[in-house]
Amino acid sequence: MSSLKQQQPAHLLRGIPLAVQNLKKAFGNREVLKNIDLHIPAGQFVAVVGRSGCGKSTLLRLLAGLDKPTAGELLAGSGKLVDAREDTRLMFQEARLLPWKKIIDNVGLGLSGDWRGKALEALEAVGLAERADEWPAALSGGQKQRVALARALIHQPRLLLLDEPLGALDALTRIEMQQLIENLWRKHGFTVLLVTHDVSEAVAIADRVILIEEGQIGLDLLVDLPRPRARGSHRLAALETQVLERVLSLPGTPPEPEPVSPLPTQLRWAN
Amino acid sequence: MSNNASQRLVHRLAPWALPILLLAIWQLSVSAGWLSTRILPAPSAVIEAGVNLVSSGEIWTHLAISGWRAGMGFAIGGGIGLALGFITGLSKWGERLLDSSVQMIRNVPHLALIPLVILWFGIDETAKVFLVALGTLFPIYLNTYHGIRNIDPALVEMSRSYGLSGFSLFWHVILPGAMPSILVGVRFALGFMWLTLIVAETISASSGIGYLAMNAREFLQTDVVVLAIVLYAVLGKLADLAARGLERICLRWHPAYQVNKGGAA
Repeated sequence: MSSLKQQQPAHLLRGIPLAVQNLKKAFGNREVLKNIDLHIPAGQFVAVVGRSGCGKSTLLRLLAGLDKPTAGELLAGSGKLVDAREDTRLMFQEARLLPWKKIIDNVGLGLSGDWRGKALEALEAVGLAERADEWPAALSGGQKQRVALARALIHQPRLLLLDEPLGALDALTRIEMQQLIENLWRKHGFTVLLVTHDVSEAVAIADRVILIEEGQIGLDLLVDLPRPRARGSHRLAALETQVLERVLSLPGTPPEPEPVSPLPTQLRWAN
Repeated sequence: MSNNASQRLVHRLAPWALPILLLAIWQLSVSAGWLSTRILPAPSAVIEAGVNLVSSGEIWTHLAISGWRAGMGFAIGGGIGLALGFITGLSKWGERLLDSSVQMIRNVPHLALIPLVILWFGIDETAKVFLVALGTLFPIYLNTYHGIRNIDPALVEMSRSYGLSGFSLFWHVILPGAMPSILVGVRFALGFMWLTLIVAETISASSGIGYLAMNAREFLQTDVVVLAIVLYAVLGKLADLAARGLERICLRWHPAYQVNKGGAA
């Protein structure tokens, strides 16, 4: 752990230190997360990997406050994570841009006062400043995710939660986005939790890789390699093999059916 | 003129060829005496009737009163439909309490209420405005309700996680998300608006375009009757154009409404 701290200048450690204690989450009878205990120091880049349906996305949704835990505590430093809601931002698997708002207005969603300058800066940081006045429909998938990243960054989050945001992108765009996220993280020093199913992505970008299997932490691996990391280096490959061997050592459970989303006529936003 | 430009002109004029041909045949058959003016007056006679009514100024009073009835009825009916749609779309209790009642009333053809409406309001303005309001209420109600229900829940979840709630969630997410559907309702409602007004004015009125037509029928002025029908057609088209304009403004973001489909796809 000490080597990680040396890697980052102290003034950049503005992230939230995260503590998860005895976290449980059940949907009906199905226990998705069983007794998760996790301590993440401020500013650490953590990748969470696992087979699909292992509960990694559920963990992220609990941290983002989109779902309530069945039992257990979520702490941000000494306080509760709920109180740090304003400092937490989540990026979804899909960009989820509002199609009826110009790109710059999507970035400024939920802000008040004079935010346009900041929104342009945020778009500048993801390389899309010149597209500010276009509609989201005109962007490619990767560009939409960059706008979603700008929308998260404008809030200057201290904890950034990424729910497979690169899953749907092509291989080259993926690598570009990984580098972009890594650079922004090094610049701003927030704590990152990246959920991914791509083990090579996890070891290439993160300080620490956590494997979740059957609702529990199966492996907690420190990736103690200097940055920038050379892609395809044998040390990354060795780490990737180590994680993959562990993932594959357990027989795969047949994939659970996706929870059936309610019919459109049963949806509710407000009561 | 380049070949291309003349070709474009042909393309633009082509849709008018058939109506113009039909008008010419119509005019010819009347002036040749094949068609009695009692059945159908010549197009020139209809135009003449129109010119007479315009020069006497009579047509403007009728147009104004019909327009007022249509507009008032649409504003009241549309407003109530929109409000009810928001209530049932946004709240579970609103839906429980209201939706089945509204659906029941919706299934009654509103023109069937004419005898009752005449008993209630007599044949004055209120009766016509009431009927138009009733005709426009349901298409807007139904489409508002559906529009709100069909908003992508993922967008709502995202917006909530960015701190939107209550009115700001409604204004930035739910209303624009439901807008395409609401505007479909508006177009349907505009159709019902003219239909209802025509029936109401034809049955009982002392002014308006429907009255113009019925009055002319008494005096066997077929040309004025045809003119009234043409006026309704023009007004209907204008209302449709207005609805399209509204769509183009409110749904600028929608790829289907963008004139210029360029840009990176």
